[in-house]
Amino acid sequence: MAQRTPIESGVPDNKPYMHPTMLKNYGNWRYHDRPRPGVLHHVSHSGDEIWTVRAGTQRQMDVYTIRKLCDIGDTFADGHVRFTIRSNIEFMVADEKKVAPLIEALSSNGFPVGGTGNSVSMIAHTQGWLHCDIPGTDASGAVKALMDDLYEEFIKEDMPNRVHLSTSCCEINCGGQADIAIIVQHTKPPKINHDLVANACERPAVVARCPVAAIRPALVNGKPSLEIDEKKCMCCGACYPPCPPMQINDPEYTKLAIWVGGKNSNARSKPTFMKMVASGIPNNPPRWPEVSAIVKKILYTYKEDARSWERVSDWVERIGWPRFFEKCDLPFTKYLIDDWRGSRASLNASTHIRF
Amino acid sequence: MAKPQHPTPMLDELESGPWPSFVTGLKRLANDKDYMVDLMGQLETSYRTRKGYWKGGTVGVFGYGGGVIPRFTELKDEKGAPVFPDAAEFHTLRVQPPAGMHYNTAVLRKMADIWEEHGSGLIAFHGQSGDIMFQGAKTNKVQDAFDALNELGFDLGGAGPAVRTSMSCVGASRCEQSCYDESRAHRQVLNNFLDDIHRPALPYKFKFKFSGCPNDCMNSIQRSDMAVIGTWRDNMRTDEGLARKWFAKHGMNELVNDVIARCPTKTILLKEIKDVATGPKISSVAISDTHALEIDNSNCVRCMHCVNVMTGALAKGVDTGASILIGGKRTLKIGDLMGTVIVPFMPLKTDEDYDALVELGQKVIDFFAENALEHERTGEMIERIGLVNFLEGIGIDIDANMVATPRTNPYVRADGWDDEVARINAKKQAA
Repeated sequence: MAQRTPIESGVPDNKPYMHPTMLKNYGNWRYHDRPRPGVLHHVSHSGDEIWTVRAGTQRQMDVYTIRKLCDIGDTFADGHVRFTIRSNIEFMVADEKKVAPLIEALSSNGFPVGGTGNSVSMIAHTQGWLHCDIPGTDASGAVKALMDDLYEEFIKEDMPNRVHLSTSCCEINCGGQADIAIIVQHTKPPKINHDLVANACERPAVVARCPVAAIRPALVNGKPSLEIDEKKCMCCGACYPPCPPMQINDPEYTKLAIWVGGKNSNARSKPTFMKMVASGIPNNPPRWPEVSAIVKKILYTYKEDARSWERVSDWVERIGWPRFFEKCDLPFTKYLIDDWRGSRASLNASTHIRF
Repeated sequence: MAKPQHPTPMLDELESGPWPSFVTGLKRLANDKDYMVDLMGQLETSYRTRKGYWKGGTVGVFGYGGGVIPRFTELKDEKGAPVFPDAAEFHTLRVQPPAGMHYNTAVLRKMADIWEEHGSGLIAFHGQSGDIMFQGAKTNKVQDAFDALNELGFDLGGAGPAVRTSMSCVGASRCEQSCYDESRAHRQVLNNFLDDIHRPALPYKFKFKFSGCPNDCMNSIQRSDMAVIGTWRDNMRTDEGLARKWFAKHGMNELVNDVIARCPTKTILLKEIKDVATGPKISSVAISDTHALEIDNSNCVRCMHCVNVMTGALAKGVDTGASILIGGKRTLKIGDLMGTVIVPFMPLKTDEDYDALVELGQKVIDFFAENALEHERTGEMIERIGLVNFLEGIGIDIDANMVATPRTNPYVRADGWDDEVARINAKKQAA
C-alpha cells in the first residue's frame, strides 16, 4: 500500500482561529483591567473592547469535556477560545453583556472561573503514571487534590501577587520553575537488574550521563553491566531514562520535595531559580495530603506576611531565609545547604543577619 | 458499551472536590472503550503500588523520525502477558499548536472526533513544551490519526534530540505590552526548522520560546535554549488620563509603596509638577494637579513592574524588538542555567528583521550541531567552551550587557589586550 507523504506544515497559522476583535486590533491594544476575578477587559487604541473569561480545566481532557467547552463557547461566547500556558481555557467576547451568562454557564458545568491577577493559577504539571516512562509519582492526581484545596484561591484574587505552582514526577522537572514547586526527590541509589543492562543500555552513554561520575562499567556474574559507587551517588535518577534496568523509582524511598521562589518574570528583581525548602515527604496517593499541608502552610504564610506585589521570591528576599523557615514552621536541615558546583555563591558572605 | 470497569477505589477518591476531575473524564471514556477500561486498570495499579509501568519503544509515522511518544505496558503477569491487554499500547502524538494557542470551537470539535475515532479520546491542552498531546493510541492507529490531524492543518511536534515544539504568548493579539509580532516570529522561526523538528539529528533537544515582553509569560529564560523576549529602546510612553484615573483610585500610599519604591533602579521619581525635569531621555506624566511621575529612561532596565501596575498610564515605547538570551535549561546534567544575553536588542518590525531572527537561530543551531557533545544542551556547551568562543563561532561581537559583572579572578591570559583594544577602537571609528 502506498504511504501518504506528510504535509510538513509545521506551526499552523493562528489567524483563522483568532477572535475577530483580536485580529482587528492586532498589536494595537492600549490597556486592560480586571472587572472581577477570572475576567480580563482589554481596550484597544481603536476604542474596541474585548472581555476574556478564564476558567480552569483538568488539562487531560476527555472528548466529552472538550465538546462541553465548545458548546459553552458556541452558545455563550463567540466560538473562539485559547489556552493559557497553565492549561486554563479563555473565552473571548466582544460584548460585555455576554460575560455574566458565560460565567454562569462555565460555573454551573463545573469549570471554575478565575486564575487571573493575584490568584493561585492552575498548576503546571507533567504526565506521571498516566503516560511517562520514568515517573516517580503521578501528576494529574496530585494536582487535582491540591487544586481542590486551593479552589478558593483560584476563583479569588486575594494573594499579594500572582502565584504559580508546578509539579514534576522526576528530578528532570518538566513542570518547571514556580513560586512553589513539588518535585520528586529520590533517596536511594538505583537498583540494577544486571541481566538486562547489556541488552538495554548503551553503557558509555549511561556513564557519561551521571553528574557525579558515580557509574562505571563492570562485569557482573559474567555479564557486561554497570556498577554504582553508592557513596558518590546522590540519587538524581539521570541514569534511569537511558538505562531502564537501573530502576530509581521505589514505592517507599521515592519522596517528594518542595521548592520555592522561582520567578521567570523580569519584574522588579531579575528572574530567580527556586530553592529547595523541604524534602522527605511521602509519595502518598491518591491525594498526597502531606504535600498539600506543606504547600498550604507556605502559601498562607506568604499570603499573610507578604506585601502587595511581592512574589514569593520578593517576600523571602525581604524577610530573609531564616525567618522563612521559622514562619513556615519548616526545619532547616544540612541537606538544604548547596554543595554542587558554584555553591559558594549561595552562602552568606556578609554580616547581614536578622535578629 | 465497553466491558465492565475494573474497581478503582483510589482513583475514585479523585472524583470528589470542586476542581474538574480527570478521573471522571477517564470513566466517561471507559464507558465506551475497552481501551480506557484497561488504561484505568493500569493507572489504579500504579496508585496502589506507587510504580510506573510504561516503557518507550519505536513507533512513528511515515516520513518522520519523531513526534510520537511510544508507550508499551510493562505490567505483565508471570507468563509475560499484559495484565491489562486492551491498554498494552498507549502512544502519544505531540501536535504543534497555533502560536498563542488560539482555536475555534469548530477545529476543537474536529480534533475530538479524530481522537475519538482513532485514539483514546483523551487530549491534553497542552504539554509543558506546548504540544497538544493526543494521549493514547495503539500502534496500528497512529498513522491514521496523524493523517487525519495533518489533513486538518496540524503537524507533529518535536521529540528526542530535535528542535522542539515552541510556545508564544497571547502577545499582540490581546496584550498592550507586546513588543513584537510573537505569532509571526514563532511561526517563521519554527517553520524554518521543520527538518530538525521531524528528523531528530541534533546533539540534544533545542527549544525556542517567544515572549512579547520582559514579563516572559512563556518562561523562556528558564526553559528555552533560545529565548526571544520583547523589549524597547526608546522612552516609555505615558497617558495622563489613565495615570490620573489610576491615582484617583489607588492613592498616594500605593503609588509610593507599590510603584516608586519597587523600581529596581530607582529611576522613577515622584515630583511636584513644577520640578519635573525635561530632556530627551525623560518621560513624565501628571497623576494629579500637583504631582507627576518622572522616569529617567536611560536608567530603566525595562523590568515591567510599573507598567504592570499602572497599565496604560505607563507603557512600552515604540522602538520595539527583542532581547535574545541563550542557554536556559533545568537541572540535568550540570545544574540549572538561565538563558543569558547574546543580543541586547534586535529590532523586530520589518520582513528583514524577522529574516535576521531566523538567520540567528540557524547560526546558533548550526554551531550547536557541530560543537555540542551528545546529550549536551546549548547552555552546557557554552559553560564548557566559554561564552567568547561561542560568540566568535556565531559571529557576534561581545557587549557589556552580556555579563552581570566582569570577571572576579585573574585566571586569563591577556597578552592580546592591546590588539583587542585597537580592534574595538578601529571598529568604533569605522561606525
